[in-house]
Amino acid sequence: MSNNKKNWPLWEIFVRSKNGLEHRHFGSLHAADAEMALENARDVYTRRNEGVSIWVVESKNITASNPEQNGELFEPAQDKVYRHPTFYDLPDEVKHM
Amino acid sequence: MSEKEIKNSGAERSRSLEEIFEARIARDEKIEPKDWMPEKYRQTHIRQMSQHAHSEIIGMLPEGNWITRAPSLRRKAALLAKVQDEAGHGLYLYSACETLGISRDELYEQLHSGKAKYSSIFNYPTITWADIGAIGWLVDGAAIINQVPLCNTSFGPYARAMVRVCKEESFHQRQGYEIMLTLCRGTEEQKAMAQDALNRWWWPSLMMLGPTDAESIHTEQSMKWKLKRKSNDELRQQFIDQTVPQADILGLTIPDPDLKWNEETGHYDFGEIDWDEFWQVVKGHGPCNKERLGARVDAWNNGKWVRDAAMAYAEKNEKRKVAKAS
Ligand SMILES: [Fe+2]
Ligand SMILES: [Fe+2]
Repeated sequence: MSNNKKNWPLWEIFVRSKNGLEHRHFGSLHAADAEMALENARDVYTRRNEGVSIWVVESKNITASNPEQNGELFEPAQDKVYRHPTFYDLPDEVKHM
Repeated sequence: MSEKEIKNSGAERSRSLEEIFEARIARDEKIEPKDWMPEKYRQTHIRQMSQHAHSEIIGMLPEGNWITRAPSLRRKAALLAKVQDEAGHGLYLYSACETLGISRDELYEQLHSGKAKYSSIFNYPTITWADIGAIGWLVDGAAIINQVPLCNTSFGPYARAMVRVCKEESFHQRQGYEIMLTLCRGTEEQKAMAQDALNRWWWPSLMMLGPTDAESIHTEQSMKWKLKRKSNDELRQQFIDQTVPQADILGLTIPDPDLKWNEETGHYDFGEIDWDEFWQVVKGHGPCNKERLGARVDAWNNGKWVRDAAMAYAEKNEKRKVAKAS
C-alpha cells in the first residue's frame, strides 16, 4: 500500500457556529488541498447547521506547546494573585467597584 | 491553586508517572494526545477507537444496499442522510485515533488485511426493506447504549468524537422505528416482513453488546480508563428492558420463548444466547464477512486513481502559485 503516490495530508478544522462566536476546533480530516479540505469539512462537520464559517489549516503548520513544558509556561501565573480583583482590600462602603 | 493543592502536587511528583496518570483519570481529568500515557493505554485506545471507526465504515454497506430501492423519496432521503452520518462517525473516530500517532493508512491497512475487527453485526445480510427498519431500531439502539457512556471516557479526542456521534444517533433509531411502525400498521404481508426482520436481527443485536462478563477479557482495565462504565451483561439487560416494550407497541413478538418479565429483579429474563454463532462470525465465518470486506477493499482500490489525481492536481496548483509569486 505504501508504493502509491503521496497520501492526502491531514487538516485541522475550525468552525464558527454562529456570528459572534469564535472559531472552535472541531476535528481533522484528510484532503488533497485547502479547497477540498473546506468542502470535506462542510460535509463531515456541518451537516446540521453547526457552522457559518470554516477555517482549515494543514496540521503540519500548527506549532503546539508540549505538556512537559507546562511547568515553566503556566506555573508562573499561579503565584500572581495580585492579578485578580479579589486581591485588593477595600472597605465595604465603596460601591460599584 | 490552594496551598494544599500545591503540596499535593509536590507529593505526586515523587510517585511514578503511571500512578500519577491513573490518579488523573480517577479524578475525572481528561487525557490529551500529547500527555504522557502508558503504552498499554495508547494501544488499547488505538484498538478500540479504530475498531469503532471500522464498524461505522463497514456498517454503511448493509444499509447502502437499500438506498436505491427505498420505497419513497422520504425514506430514501432519510436513509441517505443516515448512511452519510455513519461515514461521518467513521471519520470523526479515525481522526481521533490518529492523534495517538498512527496514520490513516495504517488503520486502513489493518482493516483491509483483516487484522482489525469490526462489529460482528454488519456481517448479516439485509434481504428485505424491513431489515432497514430493524437495523435503525435495534442495531443503532444497541449502539446508543454502548456509546452514551463513552461521551465521558478519559481520552479527550475520543470523548469529543462520541459527543458528536451520540447527538446524531437518535435520529437513526427513530427513523428505523418509524419504518417498523409503518410496516406493522400496513398489510398482513408487511407486518409479517417486520416480524421476520425482528426474528433475524434480535439475537445478533444482543450479541453486538459483546461476550458475557465471564468471557470478556478487557473489562476490568477498560472500566478503570472509563472506556467502559457498565459491563456487557448490564448493557445487554438495559437494551432488552427498553426494547421489549417497544416491540409490544409494534405488536411484534420477540423471538425468545424464555423471555419473561421478572417481578423480583425488575428486569426481563431471557433465553440462552448462541455464543458459538457469535464467535463464528467474529472469526470471519458469518454470512457476509467476505462480501463486506471485499466491497470495502474494492472501493478503496478503485478509488486510488481519483486520490492520486486529486493529489497531482493539488501539487500542480501549488507549483503554479510558487511560480507566480517568484
Ligand atoms: Fe454511527
Ligand atoms: Fe447510527
